[in-house]
Amino acid sequence: MRLENLLPKIVLAPTFVSTIITIYGFILWTAWISFTKSRMLPRYELEGLVQYVKLFANERWWVASKNLVIFGSLFIGICILIGLLLAIFLDQKIRIEGTLRTVFLYPMALSFIVTGTVWKWILNPSLGLEKLVNDMGFTSFTFDWLVNSEMSIYTIVIAGVWQSSGFVMALFLAGLRGVDDSIIKAAMVDGASLPRIYWKIIIPSLRPVFFSAIMILAHIAIKSFDLVVALTGGGPGYSSDLPATFMYSFAFTRGRLGMGAASSMMMFGAVLAIIVPYLYSELRSKKNE
Amino acid sequence: MSRRSGLGPGKSQGEILFRAGIYTLLIVAAIYYLIPLIIMIFTSVKTMNDIRTGTLISFPREFTLDAWKAAWGSACIGVTCNGIKGYFWNSVIMVVPAVLFSTLIGAANGYVFSKWKFWGSEVLFSMLLLGCFIPFQIILLPMAQVLGVIGLAQSMQGLILVHIIYGIAFTTLFFRNFYVTIPQELVHAAKIDGAGFFRIFWKIILPVSVPIFVVSIIWQTTQIWNDFLFGVVFSSGESQPVTVALNNLVNTSTGVKKYNVDMAAAMIAAFPTMIVYIVAGKYFLRGLTAGSVKG
Repeated sequence: MRLENLLPKIVLAPTFVSTIITIYGFILWTAWISFTKSRMLPRYELEGLVQYVKLFANERWWVASKNLVIFGSLFIGICILIGLLLAIFLDQKIRIEGTLRTVFLYPMALSFIVTGTVWKWILNPSLGLEKLVNDMGFTSFTFDWLVNSEMSIYTIVIAGVWQSSGFVMALFLAGLRGVDDSIIKAAMVDGASLPRIYWKIIIPSLRPVFFSAIMILAHIAIKSFDLVVALTGGGPGYSSDLPATFMYSFAFTRGRLGMGAASSMMMFGAVLAIIVPYLYSELRSKKNE
Repeated sequence: MSRRSGLGPGKSQGEILFRAGIYTLLIVAAIYYLIPLIIMIFTSVKTMNDIRTGTLISFPREFTLDAWKAAWGSACIGVTCNGIKGYFWNSVIMVVPAVLFSTLIGAANGYVFSKWKFWGSEVLFSMLLLGCFIPFQIILLPMAQVLGVIGLAQSMQGLILVHIIYGIAFTTLFFRNFYVTIPQELVHAAKIDGAGFFRIFWKIILPVSVPIFVVSIIWQTTQIWNDFLFGVVFSSGESQPVTVALNNLVNTSTGVKKYNVDMAAAMIAAFPTMIVYIVAGKYFLRGLTAGSVKG
């Protein structure tokens, strides 16, 4: 009987140890490095906030942060818009719904590296989209966003939306299927038009789905790394850098561990800023149930 | 379960137009999602001359599998020119044990967290969930140090270990959320009959677990196969996974750029997860929503 009581604890023991070390311990370890003057090798004498001061004086970090705001807001906004519209259209008793859903969602199964590779080819300034439109007769058309440092961040948006909007569609579709039909029928009896019913009743009732979708997409945006590496490599120059590529570059190719650690702490902070209010509201709604 | 605009047997002209409009928009959207795949396929079977003279969506003038052969067996990645095949098998060797172990550990954890709660187990579960949210950049530096100390730096074993460790948070979440829906009374009754920890798992829990095993295996397979960050940080040279090799192939600028080879290599790298998606799309979606919504 005693062993029986211990078994559950024995089963969880490896996970417990691993969680304490590889999640909490490593976060503290990274935090520690961020307070030192580590360069090529980690050093452990605390030097205060010197890396954070340097980080915020770094032009490239500001570009990366600004890019995250641009990429994040466009990526989230466009994905939600496309996802919601596709879900509403698909919810009108469409005959080939299953096939369409499969098509809308397949990019989500691809690696961001594959997505980046394909879009890099499509957006290729000499042989890609530009040539296609030129050969159609619009010879003055130019499309050089991939090599234009003003526009390169928007290519990440294009590829990111292509990959993730189908997933948002699936989230909204699941939400729409959960909406109570009787309310809609009642509104129809009252003579309300379909767009009005969607605008006034259905879309507001999808509030939790909006919430989840925004949280997931923001999370993807902050972590975006592979897509940038494959599509633009952060370039031209560092014009399309995001915090994730900044961190990799400083920590692993330029031998600036302290700065890399400080930038990863900032990314962690950004994720917490999104997750904590979400978890809080989730817990509160559970208690109210 | 879906809804429609309350049309009876006699459809008005407006209704027909409305539905035609919806179908048109949906088809346009489908084309938008499919075009990159079509471009990828077309480009991969074209000759370089065809690529330079044609356009992205022009039909291949002569069909050739040379680019596929090169991508698989002879394209230059880094200093070696053996194509992507070695890296493809690296990914297979990485995915199988990583998925297996993370799923089994997740199943055992989920069983305890749902059916054998003890003082502190809820707290541990909440603590573990942070692993689903952290940007992995925050653990890269310490993990690289630790792998160096235990002699697994830049090795396949080290990479597999990292994937198992950071997969457990997700797999545990899947299994725990699935197992809480199994009535506790079943477990109680079995306990009264004298069944123990393992017997209850084996006889009651495991037989109903097939769907969640499928969800977990599919989720982990796509996540680990598609991973780039861990691959690029924790492996090097010949032990790199296919995503890293693909990126190296595409983004090293030596000699003439062969777009057809790039596209063939991208399709090879995408192939396993696409198959998983086509065969088990339903479970793939369940993993996506369970893995990302239920925080």
